[in-house]
Amino acid sequence: MTIAQTDEAQASRRTTPKGAGFDRAFEYLCFSAATMLLAALGGVMVSLIVGGWPAFAKFGVSFFTSSTWDPVEGVFGVAGPIVGTVVTSVLALAIAVPIAFGVAFFLVEFCPAPLRRPIGTAVELLAGVPSIVYGMWGLFVFAPVFAKYVQLPAMTAAPPGSVWEKLTQGIPNGTGIMAASIILAVMVLPFIAATLRDLLNTVPAQVRESAYGLGATTGEVVMKVTLPYVRRGAIGAVMLGLGRALGETMAVTFIIGNSHGFPKSLFDSGSTIASTIANEFAEASPGLHTASLVAAGLVLFIITFAVLTLARLMLGRPRSI
Amino acid sequence: MTTTIATENPEISVAEIDKAKVKLDVQGLDFYYGKSHSLKAVSIPFANKAVTALIGPSGCGKSTLLRTLNRMYALYPGQRATGKILLDGEDILRPGVDLSMLRARIGMVFQKPTPFPMSIFDNVAFGVKLYESLSKSEMAERVEESLRRAALWDEVKDKLNAPGLGLSGGQQQRLCVARGIAVKPEILLLDEPTSALDPISSAKLEETVIQLKADYTIVIVTHNLGQAARVSDYTGFMYLGELVEFGETATMFTRPATRRASDYITGRFG
Repeated sequence: MTIAQTDEAQASRRTTPKGAGFDRAFEYLCFSAATMLLAALGGVMVSLIVGGWPAFAKFGVSFFTSSTWDPVEGVFGVAGPIVGTVVTSVLALAIAVPIAFGVAFFLVEFCPAPLRRPIGTAVELLAGVPSIVYGMWGLFVFAPVFAKYVQLPAMTAAPPGSVWEKLTQGIPNGTGIMAASIILAVMVLPFIAATLRDLLNTVPAQVRESAYGLGATTGEVVMKVTLPYVRRGAIGAVMLGLGRALGETMAVTFIIGNSHGFPKSLFDSGSTIASTIANEFAEASPGLHTASLVAAGLVLFIITFAVLTLARLMLGRPRSI
Repeated sequence: MTTTIATENPEISVAEIDKAKVKLDVQGLDFYYGKSHSLKAVSIPFANKAVTALIGPSGCGKSTLLRTLNRMYALYPGQRATGKILLDGEDILRPGVDLSMLRARIGMVFQKPTPFPMSIFDNVAFGVKLYESLSKSEMAERVEESLRRAALWDEVKDKLNAPGLGLSGGQQQRLCVARGIAVKPEILLLDEPTSALDPISSAKLEETVIQLKADYTIVIVTHNLGQAARVSDYTGFMYLGELVEFGETATMFTRPATRRASDYITGRFG
């Protein structure tokens, strides 16, 4: 029997693989799962636009620029909550990011081995605490302490007429923009720290060793080599934290004070888009009020979506200089 | 002067070299990764301005030995070394040694190229900036000199500001050599520097090593026996954490004193 004959015999026995039918079915299943997700996202978008349309139609641009939110008169503008959302989120990041970097660097570079796991696990657990728990803790435990030891001293120490005084005016009851920012910071900190730690762990050991091998100290290795190595990812991690802070509802609703309009100082009460919706949706009368809340939801959706998209782009791009 | 312990097929044969020529002298070194004992009473001299190759099958401890020479192992808890490593007569294993200063004197190049995420120029200048404050022109001169010595200058002189990670593997590895010699160390440790490179890049790197030995004490770990024979003056053969044979490369590759070294070199095992 020659080789050619073997090949022929082999070929005649060959049929389509038994798994082919299953493969096709599996492909369709996966495809429909993915499309369903996209359809759901599109549906949310469309229903927000349709539901909020009356508000956009009635108020036009002033819906975004006016800080008047008056359910009695039926006049609605979300500028106050937009400002509240952005300010609390940015302040929260300003507080959380430096600490998160510290935590991550400690865990990766300095932490004694026996402590690494417990601390790492604690950080991950903190990232998983439900936001309502943070909210309650913020209102019942944090707010009184904040009022007594931060707000009051800061307000009495402020020289009259100074910027300092302007920033700290308000009622020292422990709630408000600053308190909400701090609670938000506590919430996003473990999240950012855990992501950063994972990122820093992706730096190849030999790259770190090369830097040490040139005589660099730990601080120099961290600042000049490992941090630049994960720079893109680190920005992405911060943006994901920002996305979380922007959309956070319960904890903020508890402690921000819930007043519409522009917050006048750091200690003034305010509102975010999410807290406004959470507070009013149950009682909103059908019509313009409900439409305005839905429209506010769309605004938040777009802001968050933009931030998360940016974060994804930064996390996903391949590493270069 | 080389004298070989003259017994017939000894278990271990370590040639002695003139004490005055020794730059780095390892004496009775034991190394532990946690509980596993991976270097056993290793004593080996590294001659000044010469290339010493460390050969042996995988897991024999040659990379471990290299990592003790600049105390890189100290980055990791659970790894420890006992014994003595004398650098110009000073024990670098004793506590209180400034590790950053030590590592600035002993450069290291790894198996895989490890350029930092910065430009070619900054990669070479990185280590220099840590210990010296040079003027712009002095720094440019140092970078050029280092790149020239690493045989990379002609290929990168027009793109010094391009990212180091954009170079080919062989170029990246020579960049790492340039980075290592830019700080003007006294000793250069090379850990299988050509294992990730193509033959042409490997040949270039070997040439670089041969040129560098005029000024440096070089220790090279390699799996490539041909490479050891081409570049080194002395060779140490390690097996299972022990130094089995040490001597001049020419002697080792033509008339190995021990059966184990002879078996390894002739390809009977390993």
